[in-house]
Amino acid sequence: MSEIRLEDKLGGAWRKPHFIKRPLLRWGLMAGFAAYLVAAFMTIEVDWGRVYEGLDRGAAFVLAFTSPDFVSRASDIWEGLFESIVMTVAASVVGILISIPIGLGAARNIAPLPVYVVCRGIVAVSRALQEIIVAILLVAIFGFGPLAGFLTLSFATIGFLSNLLAEDIEAMDRVQAEAIKASGARWTQWINYGVQPQVMPRLVGLSMYRIDINFRESAILGLVGAGGIGATLNTAFDRYEYDTAAAILILIIGIVMALEYLSGIIRARVQ
Amino acid sequence: MLQLKKLTKTYKTGDQALKAIDLEVPKGQVLALIGPSGAGKSTMIRCINRLVEPSSGEVLLDGVDLARLGSGALRKARREMGMIFQEYALVERLTVMENVLSGRLGFVGFWRSFLRKYPQPDVDEAFRLLDRVGLLHMADKRADELSGGQRQRVGICRALIQNPKLLLVDEPTASLDPKTSRQIMRLITELCRERGLAAIINIHDVALAQMFVPRVVGLRFGEIVFDGPPTGLTPEKLTEKYGEEDWEATIEKIDEEDEDIEAAE
Repeated sequence: MSEIRLEDKLGGAWRKPHFIKRPLLRWGLMAGFAAYLVAAFMTIEVDWGRVYEGLDRGAAFVLAFTSPDFVSRASDIWEGLFESIVMTVAASVVGILISIPIGLGAARNIAPLPVYVVCRGIVAVSRALQEIIVAILLVAIFGFGPLAGFLTLSFATIGFLSNLLAEDIEAMDRVQAEAIKASGARWTQWINYGVQPQVMPRLVGLSMYRIDINFRESAILGLVGAGGIGATLNTAFDRYEYDTAAAILILIIGIVMALEYLSGIIRARVQ
Repeated sequence: MLQLKKLTKTYKTGDQALKAIDLEVPKGQVLALIGPSGAGKSTMIRCINRLVEPSSGEVLLDGVDLARLGSGALRKARREMGMIFQEYALVERLTVMENVLSGRLGFVGFWRSFLRKYPQPDVDEAFRLLDRVGLLHMADKRADELSGGQRQRVGICRALIQNPKLLLVDEPTASLDPKTSRQIMRLITELCRERGLAAIINIHDVALAQMFVPRVVGLRFGEIVFDGPPTGLTPEKLTEKYGEEDWEATIEKIDEEDEDIEAAE
């Protein structure tokens, strides 16, 4: 290796070294990616005639938003909405309560290995199964209605919240927790004083976010018969009642925005 | 009162942090443990209350070998040892009062601590300690609102409310400015004298150690290389043990500063 000398460097240009050093490999990868992208787009078939016909229907749908009909199916809408809210609240509360112990168990820095493996397994299963698939299965078991939806959302909440809670616990300041342990605290007190204060803001923030997600999901789950406002929405589409569908969508958007606003306030308060 | 016998710690990585340490600390004695980073100071005091598990050897507190205790007995033994941490280690989102009272966790049941309903004598003692360190007016502030020096004084209260026999103090003045460092060291040594507490104070600042303690133990690469009164630690001795450095300069500078403050007081 020759020595690096200042005189050689002075006056010369400086450029950040490339991430991939070998030029052939670098250009090869870029060209390959571009070729793949072009090829991928070429495989998408578009029937322009069909799109032209569909534009009318699309326009009717969009125009319906200018005259949403809250009235003629009012009782169906309120019933569906009420069911969705009940599902959301119940599933969120149950899901969050179950997530906390599983989240503690899934954090490597506080759980012994066997507990960790079991809890991580639960989290992995819950995250691997998409809500719709779980809902279809649960509808098959429990029949149509909000019970299946409630169970689906609880199950999904566990995977989401335990995982993120465990990650936050793993990232906590170890010394603060150590100081509590050094005082002779028992395990439960150690969690309550050393761990909980550190992860509480994130737990509250994530819970609010999950309530938001659960409400939106409840609108989807109706499509597979798991109850809630989604069922009402599905019926409206089936009957080509776009004005009623528009009314439902506006309500969903309104509620999601209100939840978003609320979670913003709460998160700012618990910091 | 505290006796270490052949205390050894070997980390999983193979690093031998402590090599058969023998040390005896009589009741009420405050000693400073000096040595550069990586000498094993932190490991040694953490082996005493078993935040770090010793590999072999004995840790005798009033004749009981702490290294052999089961988890229940260990919790009881930890109540006898207050610990003061580098960077304070207060639980930042709890209030000052909660942090101080957390020193009583070993003595109260879960529900009492969960509901923050501590026995009246504990609450009174917490107020008394906060008043002693001049932070009574901060009791309901959140710990992360305090300055560095204030946080360390809360840390001292948290250790003292355990009513321990022994204080384990890990670099109490790291990340504090020189003046605050001296105030904290003075406070710790004063409180130990008032209460007849023994203490092991880890400190890398030799000059600061010499100002406040009657006994200095020097650690290097996990072995004790000096044990005696601070007057025995001449610059020549230090150089011999820890290598060349301008010991005189640091010592003198601090002495002068301190005299200025003493004069001003």
